[in-house]
Amino acid sequence: MLKKLLEFLILWIIWTLLTWSLALPDILAGVVVSAIAVLLFSDLFPAEIGRLLHPRRLFWGLVYLPVFFWQVVKSNFDVAYRVFHPTMPIRPGIVKVRTSLRSEIARTFLANSITLTPGTLTVDCVDDHLYIHWINIISEDPEEETRLIVEKFEKYLRKIFD
Amino acid sequence: MSNLVIIFLSIGLFFNFAGCLGLIRFPDIYNRLQASTKCVTLGTIFILLAVVIHFGWNSISLKAILCVVFILLTSPTAAHAIARGSHRAGFPLWEGSIMDRYREDQEGETESAN
Amino acid sequence: MLVFIILLLVCAFFCLYRVGAGPTPPDRTVAIDILGILMVGFCAILSLYTGKDLYMNVAISWALLSFIGTTALAKYLEGRTFDE
Repeated sequence: MLKKLLEFLILWIIWTLLTWSLALPDILAGVVVSAIAVLLFSDLFPAEIGRLLHPRRLFWGLVYLPVFFWQVVKSNFDVAYRVFHPTMPIRPGIVKVRTSLRSEIARTFLANSITLTPGTLTVDCVDDHLYIHWINIISEDPEEETRLIVEKFEKYLRKIFD
Repeated sequence: MSNLVIIFLSIGLFFNFAGCLGLIRFPDIYNRLQASTKCVTLGTIFILLAVVIHFGWNSISLKAILCVVFILLTSPTAAHAIARGSHRAGFPLWEGSIMDRYREDQEGETESAN
Repeated sequence: MLVFIILLLVCAFFCLYRVGAGPTPPDRTVAIDILGILMVGFCAILSLYTGKDLYMNVAISWALLSFIGTTALAKYLEGRTFDE
């Protein structure tokens, strides 16, 4: 019940920010729409949503943002270099790495972060293993790949989600 | 319009252009996904940030910030879905690729199941 | 300002080329996905140009709907039905 209330509040805040008005009809419409959405789709929200509002987790989330943004910018210059280079220096392939994150939402964030960072794209996630398309393979040893791709995010995501 | 807005728009369009050029130049579906997803996502985020800088704190820039969040969440997920779908459907990697652990593992599974 | 819009349209034509010429179905799907994100940027530039709220609403709904469309196409590629 508490979870549903929290979801309702999140949806209603987003509604209010989007309509950007505090007139009574807008607020009432927001309440009705958020209530219908929560009643119908409550199961689709991740179960740990309440735990994420803990101050320590929020702090690590804020620390994670600049790290993530720096990797994204680096990856863009990397791709731009490969695109504009006349001979296109690529050595693509799909590698397999292991993750130690447990919760579903943490793995989702890990996969999305990997997709936006230098030269890597998550293809699939099976049990503990992620299959990753790497545009420029510099090592063929699974341990080395795990260290290069996953660990720089894992240490933050573990503090945020696990 | 201030100079900062022009600079942000230029950065965004440079990355957008790089991404679309990658879509044309790279040899197979997975490499194209790499180039286009990364570059176009960051390029569009820079354009939206230019909107935020230009308007300051009002409803337009708030919508732009929400749009940044949506794009950051949805774009990698869509790329992931396309990559997985096309690999499952059997579209091959470029012939110059080094290795394909995903295919090896899937073949191993079907052999052990038989 | 016109320069930015023209550059964005050039990018969109690159995507359209990939939609038309892409040798395999996934190539076309990627191009459609990228076209959707490019149009979000286009709407943002339009709202910068006109100063109107309206175009950002279009951008938000376009971003979400293009994501849903791409996911549906990807599932279709994988050979599964939509209600799975």
